[in-house]
Amino acid sequence: MSIIYFLIGCSVLLALLFLLAFFWAQRTGQNDDLYTPSVRILLDDETGPQDKK
Amino acid sequence: MTESIFTEKTTCYHCGDECLSTSYIVENKSFCCLGCKSVYSILSANNLCSYYNFNDHPGLTRARTDKRFDYLDEPSVAKEFVDYTDDNLTIVTLYIPHIHCSSCIWLLEKLNKFNPGILYSRIDFLKKQLNIKYDTKQLSLKQLVELLFDIGYEPLISLQDVIKKQNRVNTQDNLVQRIAVAGFCFGNVMLLSFPEYLGLSAFEQTFKHFFGWLNIMFALPVVFYSGREYFVSAWQNLRNRVLNIDFPLALGIVVLFARTVIEILTQTGAGFADTLCGLVFFLLVGKFVQRKTYHHISFERDYRSFFPVAVQVITNNIERPVPLADLKVGQRIVLRHNEIIPADAILLKGEALIDFSFVTGESIPISKTLGEIIYAGGRQTSEAIELEVVKPVSQSYLTQLWNNEAFTRQQDNRMQTFNERVSKYFTVILLAIAFASLIFWLPTSLNRGLAAFTAVLIVACPCALALSTPFTMSAALSIFDKNFFYLKNTAVVEQMAKIDTVVFDKTGTITTATENGIMLVGALTGRQKQMIYSVCSNSNHPLSRMICRYFGKIKKLPIALYKEMPGKGITAFVDNVEVRAGSGHFMFGQHDAADATKVHFTINGEYLGHFLFKQNYRGGLQQTVDSLSTYQTFLISGDSDHEKRELLPVFKTGDRMGFNQSPQKKLDFIQLLQRLKGKVMMIGDGLNDAGALRQSDLGIAVTDNINNFSPGCDAILDGRSFNKLPAFLKFSKNTVTIIHCSFLISLAYNLIGLSYAVSGNLSPLTAAILMPLSTATIISFTTIATHFAAKRRKLL
Repeated sequence: MSIIYFLIGCSVLLALLFLLAFFWAQRTGQNDDLYTPSVRILLDDETGPQDKK
Repeated sequence: MTESIFTEKTTCYHCGDECLSTSYIVENKSFCCLGCKSVYSILSANNLCSYYNFNDHPGLTRARTDKRFDYLDEPSVAKEFVDYTDDNLTIVTLYIPHIHCSSCIWLLEKLNKFNPGILYSRIDFLKKQLNIKYDTKQLSLKQLVELLFDIGYEPLISLQDVIKKQNRVNTQDNLVQRIAVAGFCFGNVMLLSFPEYLGLSAFEQTFKHFFGWLNIMFALPVVFYSGREYFVSAWQNLRNRVLNIDFPLALGIVVLFARTVIEILTQTGAGFADTLCGLVFFLLVGKFVQRKTYHHISFERDYRSFFPVAVQVITNNIERPVPLADLKVGQRIVLRHNEIIPADAILLKGEALIDFSFVTGESIPISKTLGEIIYAGGRQTSEAIELEVVKPVSQSYLTQLWNNEAFTRQQDNRMQTFNERVSKYFTVILLAIAFASLIFWLPTSLNRGLAAFTAVLIVACPCALALSTPFTMSAALSIFDKNFFYLKNTAVVEQMAKIDTVVFDKTGTITTATENGIMLVGALTGRQKQMIYSVCSNSNHPLSRMICRYFGKIKKLPIALYKEMPGKGITAFVDNVEVRAGSGHFMFGQHDAADATKVHFTINGEYLGHFLFKQNYRGGLQQTVDSLSTYQTFLISGDSDHEKRELLPVFKTGDRMGFNQSPQKKLDFIQLLQRLKGKVMMIGDGLNDAGALRQSDLGIAVTDNINNFSPGCDAILDGRSFNKLPAFLKFSKNTVTIIHCSFLISLAYNLIGLSYAVSGNLSPLTAAILMPLSTATIISFTTIATHFAAKRRKLL
């Protein structure tokens, strides 16, 4: 059963990794604007100069 | 294609407004004005026409104006607005009110197609901010702003910088991170506590010790990082001799932590680590929910946020931009179309046609004659004028309002919330029970006494109480929000429930600024109507536009020799017949009575009648005021009393209406009502109400477009929801009732817990079940009850 020590150590480390990843995202401002990227992804790049309505 | 007739309504390809003339057509696309046309040509020249593919008519209508950003070339002015600058790179964040659709994002993030000097541009859509990095060598701030202006996205540049303040709040506060830590620890501790609750065999006892130590490790960051603010707040309040809810919370956290550590170290129990982490986590979530922010609305504006940053001053015939703070009495200033008068000044030169809608809410521009004093805050709507400043900016008729003590005193303690009042007694009773149980058990056993003492403090920790207000209020806030009523913070709901007196401003508040009533006095034949319509459709003056809208869709006739005297009137020939329309002074050299706005018209020298412009009251005004019968209602207006008779049925008696009130008098009136023990709600719109809004217990600014300027206030109400005001007030009372109910529920849970606790037999499992259960009950009760109340008030 001593494998549990190892497993718990792994799970806590993994969880810590995710927590740090969240911290990093928060610090670099990735969660500052939660709306604009959802629109931005729908905008296509230029299809050509003749592309007019 | 020359002057031809539109047989049907044509809308502008750029902005979607109705085209009143056919002179602006490019590539089979019609535009309403030269501004829109030039935006289109800039875009098409840069191959950016897909702008129009994402949405129909994404543009902003643009009338052509002078360039007025010269002041941005002054380094002292410019440095106020940039975030960072050196020889190669400048970073600037601009607030652009017009950002409203996906086309805006697309276009503004492609700015480097217009100018390669722009290296990076990113939009924050909800905050309506544009972050730009550009090459300082290739581009100046002024050129950048002019480029944005040219494509129809004029940034709002003001002294009271909204952007910087907003960003500062976000970086200072790391609530989200504290929640993340608490949540992370909460999850792990629950996992580690589970085996203990399920029962460990003798063979697994070594794990128990290991799990216990891990629990302590996880509890440390929760107490000392996430929960720190509760200790700080409790300590500060104790020093100020105030007992607020943070004190029992901090006490609960300390006791939970101490007992956990002692039990695990002495191996006498499993400790309460999971209850502790859960408590802090839920409390912080409650804080997060309570803090709802409207990024695009500012509640803290004063005159500085809409006055210009700098103004053109003439010295020795040379125009030079001068920052507003350096403007002195006696200086001669130039104001162009659409610029705002920054200080009380005398008109020296030019046709002044001033729109005071920011100040009074009155939308029809007023003509001023040479030598007249023009008060600060008006917007020049015709040609350039020259003025001499007679009062410093801060001492003007309007701005001196901000020197009043109402603006300097702290506003925090206007009304005590229910939570604050209750938590005082709650804390005292809690401590009494805790010490009573300690003393009761002390003769029997010290250990049992201490166990009971700590158990009481743990179980009665007012977690549910602390959560009931934030969750109810945030649910209420989102319901107000759906009805276009935006509250500054959650405390405003409780203030609203206590209101017993309602004071209305007149112009712009109970009247609509946009749809003025227009009345035709005189009879016209179809042909005459066509003639007047054709002439007026050439003018951009607001009154001409209203006349055109009044006639609606009729055939336009070709006109010749069109002449417009800005702000006075127009003449033109239709089929060699002279048509004239304009003010009384323009038509027959005689001023109209001051209380009404009229446009007279003659055809071939024959007087045919006039249009009368009257203010339109908001729909449902009578019903709205009638259903406020349990409240005292007053009207207070800066205008003369010519509409008194029409308003008499609404406000019942003449004493309840005050006319000719200066901004200062409005403030004094609110103060008087407050001295008579009234809880006053002020509903106003313009800068002239700013003092009254600030002085009142609850200031509501009414606006027809929430992106427009509105003075500092506690809440902003969209004009469309004006008639829902009685429902809002009733709903706020329901919300307070819901808070009271949820308080009773949390009290019931506390009593159940206490019955275990006083005996000293509180098992960690009971605490671990009771705490989240009460929290879940409170959250679901408040949410469901708030929605139910909103349905009953027809707000949902």
